[in-house]
Amino acid sequence: MSKLISGAEIVFKALEDQKVEYIFGYPGGAVLPIYDELKNHKSIKHILARHEQGAGHAAEGYARSSGKPGVLLVTSGPGATNAVTALTDAYMDSVPLVCISGQVPTHLIGTDAFQECDTTGITRPCTKHNWLVKDVNDLSRVLHLAFEVATTGRPGPVLVDIPKDIQFKKGKYKFIKNSLKKKLNGKAIHKLSNKELDKFIDLMKKSSKPIFYTGGGVINSGPDASKYLRELVSLTGFPITSTLQGLGAYPGDDPQFLGMLGMHGTFEANNAMHDCDLMINIGARFDDRITGKVDEFSPKSKKIHVDIDPSSIGKNIKVDLAVVSDVSELLKSLIKRFKEKNKNFLNSNKQKTSKWWEQIDKWREKKSLNFINSTKIIKPQHAVQRLYELTKDQDTFITTEVGQHQMWAAQHYKFNKPNRWMTSGGLGTMGYGLPAAIGVQIANPGKLVIDIAGEASVLMTMQEMSTAVQYRLPIKIFILNNEYMGMVRQWQELLHEKNYSESYTAALPDFVKLAESYGCVGIRAKTPDELDEKIKEMIEVQKPVIFDCVVDKSENCFPMIPSGKPHNQMILGPEEDEEISDEGKILV
Amino acid sequence: MAKSKSAYSVPGKIGKTERHIFVVWVDNEAGVLARIAGLFSGRGYNIESLAVAEVDKKKHISRITIVTEGTPQVIEQINLQLKKLVPVHKVADFKRGEKDILFRELALFKMIANSKKQEKIKKLCKKFNPVILDKTKKSFVIQVTALRAEIDKLALDLKRFGLISTSRTGSVAMTKGAKIFN
Repeated sequence: MSKLISGAEIVFKALEDQKVEYIFGYPGGAVLPIYDELKNHKSIKHILARHEQGAGHAAEGYARSSGKPGVLLVTSGPGATNAVTALTDAYMDSVPLVCISGQVPTHLIGTDAFQECDTTGITRPCTKHNWLVKDVNDLSRVLHLAFEVATTGRPGPVLVDIPKDIQFKKGKYKFIKNSLKKKLNGKAIHKLSNKELDKFIDLMKKSSKPIFYTGGGVINSGPDASKYLRELVSLTGFPITSTLQGLGAYPGDDPQFLGMLGMHGTFEANNAMHDCDLMINIGARFDDRITGKVDEFSPKSKKIHVDIDPSSIGKNIKVDLAVVSDVSELLKSLIKRFKEKNKNFLNSNKQKTSKWWEQIDKWREKKSLNFINSTKIIKPQHAVQRLYELTKDQDTFITTEVGQHQMWAAQHYKFNKPNRWMTSGGLGTMGYGLPAAIGVQIANPGKLVIDIAGEASVLMTMQEMSTAVQYRLPIKIFILNNEYMGMVRQWQELLHEKNYSESYTAALPDFVKLAESYGCVGIRAKTPDELDEKIKEMIEVQKPVIFDCVVDKSENCFPMIPSGKPHNQMILGPEEDEEISDEGKILV
Repeated sequence: MAKSKSAYSVPGKIGKTERHIFVVWVDNEAGVLARIAGLFSGRGYNIESLAVAEVDKKKHISRITIVTEGTPQVIEQINLQLKKLVPVHKVADFKRGEKDILFRELALFKMIANSKKQEKIKKLCKKFNPVILDKTKKSFVIQVTALRAEIDKLALDLKRFGLISTSRTGSVAMTKGAKIFN
C-alpha cells in the first residue's frame, strides 16, 4: 500500500520521476498549494517570470535548446489566459511544453468564481491535448500521460488543469508508464520497408536536378538526425536548402548549402526549388511562406515528403512518395540501404548533376544577400554579420523576436549545430526572443546566448529583463533599433503607397538607461566604426546586456518574393522595385 | 476571374466536393465532442449532421457519426486530423453512395390532423417504417426511419397535412454483411 499524499505533492513526484529540473512560472491563488510544496523538492528549481507569457516562451527556449520538455506553472484565470500565446506558439512550432494550471475548487467551477475561466475550453485548439483533473487519484496517470503526449510523435504543448481542492486532497501516487507508442500521433509506428527505401533511392538515382528541403523536423528528431542528414547530403552530393526552423541542422557555411528558402530566402534556394526535378522534403511542412502560390510551386518536380505527422503530408502540396517516419530513423535506414547498393553513386552522379550545379552557381553569382553598406550609418545586415564574425568561434545560441531583424538574422548568421537557433516561425510572436533567451541560458549555463531583437518586439516582453537579472543570466539583447516596426513599414512601403500608418514608434525608452534601471548593462553603438568594439564589450560583460544598435531606419529586407509575382521572380534589392498589382496587395 | 500572378496564398483551384460519412470511436470523456466539433470549426470544415452515443458501457466508448462535405484533399485531412486526437481510437470514412454501407436517420413528426387525415399520413409514411408514438383526437406523433433525402421530401409532403414540429437525428451508419468497420 502506497501512502496517501496531497495532490500538490503528487505533482512534484511526477515532475521528479520525469526528471524535470526547472519549472517556469508565476504564482497565484489557485496554485498556492503547489507553490507551498515547492520547498520540499530540492531537485526542482522554479524560475519566476514577470508575466505568464514570458514564462511560457522561456519554457520554449529551454525545450528547444535542450531537447527536453519545458514545464510551465501558472494560476487560474488570467494566469492561464496569459499563457495562451506561448502555448499557441509552441503548438505551431512543435515545441514540447507541459503547462500545469491551477483552477478554482471543483465546487466553484461554472459559477464565474474569482479568477475562473474555462481553461481547458480556451486551450483546446492550441494544445495537443489537455485535461481537467477532477479526481486526485487520476492525477499521477494524467501527468505522466501529459509528458508522453507532449514529447512523442510531433511534439507540442499540453495542459493539465488542477482545481485547488484537488491540490489539497490526498491520493495515491503511482509512476505509470503510459504507452501511447502504438498510436503515435494516431498512427502505428511505421516500419520502413526495404521496398519503400528502394523507391526513395530510385527517385534519387534518376534525378539530375535534385534538392533537399529540410525543416524543423530534423532538429526535433534529435542530434542524431542532423548527423545523418550531413552524411546523406555528402553521400549524394545533392544541394540542400532549409526552412527558417531547420537552420543549424546542416552547416550554414558548407558549399552544398544554398541558404534559407522562402519569402526572404536566397535567390539560389528559391530558384533551385522551382526548377528541380526531385524535391526531398525532410521534416518540413510546405508552409505558405515557402510555397507561395501552390498551383505554381515547383511544377516540374517529383516530391518526396518525410514527416512524423501523417496529417502534414498532402495537406498543402501533393507528393509522389510519402514517408511517415521519425527523421532520424528514416535517414539511418536510408543511408544503410544506400551504402549497401550504391557504392559508386557519388562518382556516377557527379556527372549527372554537374549541369545542375553549374546552374546553381549562376544563381549564386547574383549574391542575393548583398546590401549596400555604409561607413556613416550601421546597416542592420552589417550588424548581424559583425555579430556572427565575432561570436562564431564560441558555441553561441541565438533567439530572435519577429520582423525584419529576424529575417536578417536568419540570412546572415550561419548556424553549424542544431538547437542553436530559436525563433518564432509559425505563429510569428513578437516578444518571443527575450524570454526564450532566458530559457536557453538556464538550459545552457556558461554559453553565450544572444537575442537578436527589434526595438518594437522586445518592448512586448521587456519586463523579463528583471527575471534575467534575478537569476544572473547573462543574456545579451542585441536590438537593431530603427524606431519602426520594420516589417510593417516595409510592407507599407511596397504595398500601401508609403502610408506608414502607425508603424513608427514615438517615445521609445532610452535603452541604455532602461538597462541600468533593471540593474544590467546598457551599451549603445551609433556608427560602423565603433560597432566591433562595442560588440566585443557586450560579449565580455558577465551580466545581462541590452545593446542598442542604432541602425538605418529605412533599410528593407531583401531578397524578397513580393506579392503578385511568381515564385521564381524575386526582388533582389531596392533598385529593382516594381509595381505590385492590386490583386497582389491583399495576399500578404 | 482574371488569372492572378501572385506568389502568395492565392486560393488554389477548388476541386469537386464529395459527401462523406465519418464514423469515429472515442473515449466517452468530458469535452470529447467539443474537441471533435472544434477541430471541424477551427479548420473550416463543415458538419452536416452528427449522431453520438456511448456504444460500450464497460470501456466507455462512444461512436460518433459525422456527415460532411469536402474536396478529396479536405476529406483526407479530416480523417488524419481526427486520428491525431488523443481520445480517438479509430476512424472510418465512407463516401455517400458506397454500396456496402447502410445509412439511416430517424425523424419524429408532430401533426395536427383529424383521424381521416391521419390515415392519409400513415399511407404517405408507409415505406419508412412508421410508428405512432402518441395519439390524441386532434394530433399525433409519428416516427419514421429513412435516408436523409427521403426524410427531406417527406417533411415537405407532410406540410400540407398539418405538420407543426419536426425533430431529426443525424445519420448513423453500418456495414452490410458480416464485415465490421476496420
